[in-house]
Amino acid sequence: MAERLLRGGDGLLSGPIAWARKHLFSSPANTVFTLLALWVLGTVLPPLVDWALIKATWVGDPAACRAAGGACWALVTEKYRLILFGIYPFEEQWRPLLAVLLFIVMMLVAANPRCWRPWLAWVLPLALVAVAVLMWGGIFGLVLVPNDRWGGLPLTLILSVAGIVLSFPLAVVLALGRRSQLPAVRAWCVAYIELWRGVPLISVLFMASIMFPLFMPEGFTIDKLLRAQLGIILFTAAYVAEIVRGGLQAIPRGQYEAADSIGLTYWQKMRLVILPQALKVVIPPLVGQFITTFKDTSLVIIIGLYDLLSSTKVALSDPQWRAFYVEGYVVAALIYFVFSYLMSQYSQYLERRLSAGVRRG
Amino acid sequence: MKAILSLVVAATLVGGVAGVAKAGQTFDTVKSRGQVACGVHTGLGGFGAPDQKGNWAGLDVDVCRAVAAAMFGDAKKVRYVPLSAQQRLPALQSGEVDLLSRNTTWTLTREASNGLLFAAVDFYDGQGFLVAKKLGVKTAKELNGATVCVQTGTTTELNLSDFARANKLDIKPVTIESFEEAASAFISGRCDAMTSDGSQLAAIRANQTPVPDDYVILPERISKEPLATAVRQGDDQWFNLVKWAFQAMVDAEEHGITSANVDAELKSADPNVQRLLGVTPGMGKSLGVDEKWAYNIIKQVGNYGESYDRNVGKDSKLKLERGLNDLWNKGGLMYAMPIR
Repeated sequence: MAERLLRGGDGLLSGPIAWARKHLFSSPANTVFTLLALWVLGTVLPPLVDWALIKATWVGDPAACRAAGGACWALVTEKYRLILFGIYPFEEQWRPLLAVLLFIVMMLVAANPRCWRPWLAWVLPLALVAVAVLMWGGIFGLVLVPNDRWGGLPLTLILSVAGIVLSFPLAVVLALGRRSQLPAVRAWCVAYIELWRGVPLISVLFMASIMFPLFMPEGFTIDKLLRAQLGIILFTAAYVAEIVRGGLQAIPRGQYEAADSIGLTYWQKMRLVILPQALKVVIPPLVGQFITTFKDTSLVIIIGLYDLLSSTKVALSDPQWRAFYVEGYVVAALIYFVFSYLMSQYSQYLERRLSAGVRRG
Repeated sequence: MKAILSLVVAATLVGGVAGVAKAGQTFDTVKSRGQVACGVHTGLGGFGAPDQKGNWAGLDVDVCRAVAAAMFGDAKKVRYVPLSAQQRLPALQSGEVDLLSRNTTWTLTREASNGLLFAAVDFYDGQGFLVAKKLGVKTAKELNGATVCVQTGTTTELNLSDFARANKLDIKPVTIESFEEAASAFISGRCDAMTSDGSQLAAIRANQTPVPDDYVILPERISKEPLATAVRQGDDQWFNLVKWAFQAMVDAEEHGITSANVDAELKSADPNVQRLLGVTPGMGKSLGVDEKWAYNIIKQVGNYGESYDRNVGKDSKLKLERGLNDLWNKGGLMYAMPIR
């Protein structure tokens, strides 16, 4: 009887116990690793939950936080507007909020293959103009807000979205140039790409914000945000160019020859045959580059722009709250994570979708 | 892309033409722009930081406001340019800002080789030590064998090792990358002492320790940090205005003139007060600004003591003592040059 039950247990094919046997305890080594992982979770999780949730203070002053002894989310309750919008004028902060929402909607629309229609080419620039109007103001009865008061999440989004969108056309030209038959064009493109890829972004920003004004006549300046944005665009273009070049190389020779044989000119060939295929191939690495650019914009902290990370730092400069810097950085990290994670999930979705297309073809 | 590029090219050309007018023009440039471009800290509580609502406040910021009040009669006519530590000197040299009021120590090289002029010290700071009272240490000389928390990559670290070598003390530095972490390491007991600028130590003691009275700042200062406002060399009129805008704040404190009583003081019989407030004209004309320049500073920004108390002193979160920053006749170093 007992023997039969045991055998029956062995024969179970589904249910949690069977799943655990198959995935967690299938061999002595796996059993050891499983127990080790459980032990680590058991030691780390309870204190973390205790700190982040149970003993946490959600509303109150620093003294209340110290008394409770847990995480001080009251810092965020108190300063979320400074963290999210930096030094943007307080009464006008509905504008950057709208701009951020607009950005998110815009990204969702642009990310959806169903919306890849000619009208998208009109809607996206219009949305960008709307963001600019919201942020700057000066018309439609909106108060003018000079861009040295922009900050927080909208600034991070502007720097990264404008960085990738505007670098893209330049990158395509550079990638085509690097594969060009004309030696002078090729040399220029190679020099550009290798030069920009050879320096870290932080030194590009440094040059743009510190060295560049010294070469200019006294008292003459180009807007600090514009300089940083230009630096990011030119820098990103070099990387995107290499991604696009990878796509160009992935297209079989036959496609080039077929296009030539039906008498297309160089630009027609690129526009109608090669680029549509090449760009489709490189969408996943492009999204990867977008994630990198998104996170790299936090480097503008060294040139005194208040992106999301710098405005978090400003919120923490308040001597009363300075002790709770961990909570501030955790929140900033969460915001970065949400955006980056969504982008990476999107990239995987696209990969599946596009490879399905390849299989069907 | 092309539009932006041509914008850059055009801007470069325009800049080239504007470059003909140079040297000594800061005063006129500021006047015609209608705003003072003031370089400030990106965020240092009490000295220069945007508050909850994004308005700039702090002791350094008040110097910017005072200059704007003297120049335009309106302390709000300031464009704040937040600068990182590496950016601050080039930003001033290149003319991106008209004055730099950003916790900058007045040193010889910054004047003699970097082309700056320091107009006024608005805060005398110095590196010190914070220890727990129960340690029973009375002076820094008794720190032999102690572990000291210090932030890496700053002159603070260098000063500490110089001090240890000069006094033949065996001090073990515990170097920590960020200032906040160094402070919490000290409070959690990883080090016997913490070293940093005196103002910062006072801030830690007041805000981060469980019971401030259990901690004490040792009397020694192992470095001198006169934090001063700087301008670019080449325009003495602008230099004078910045220098005297600050002197007026100190002078007002010496004469007991505050933002509250300045209107009543207009009727004062004291000739010094009359000259300061422009009742007896002449001072404003010499500086090239309105005769009410000092009145506007005091009315809108306050005298030095008011600014100190509001930003870093007893009414602020930092709660710093006046110490060296008190008036000369109360044991400090603040001494207004005569306004006559």
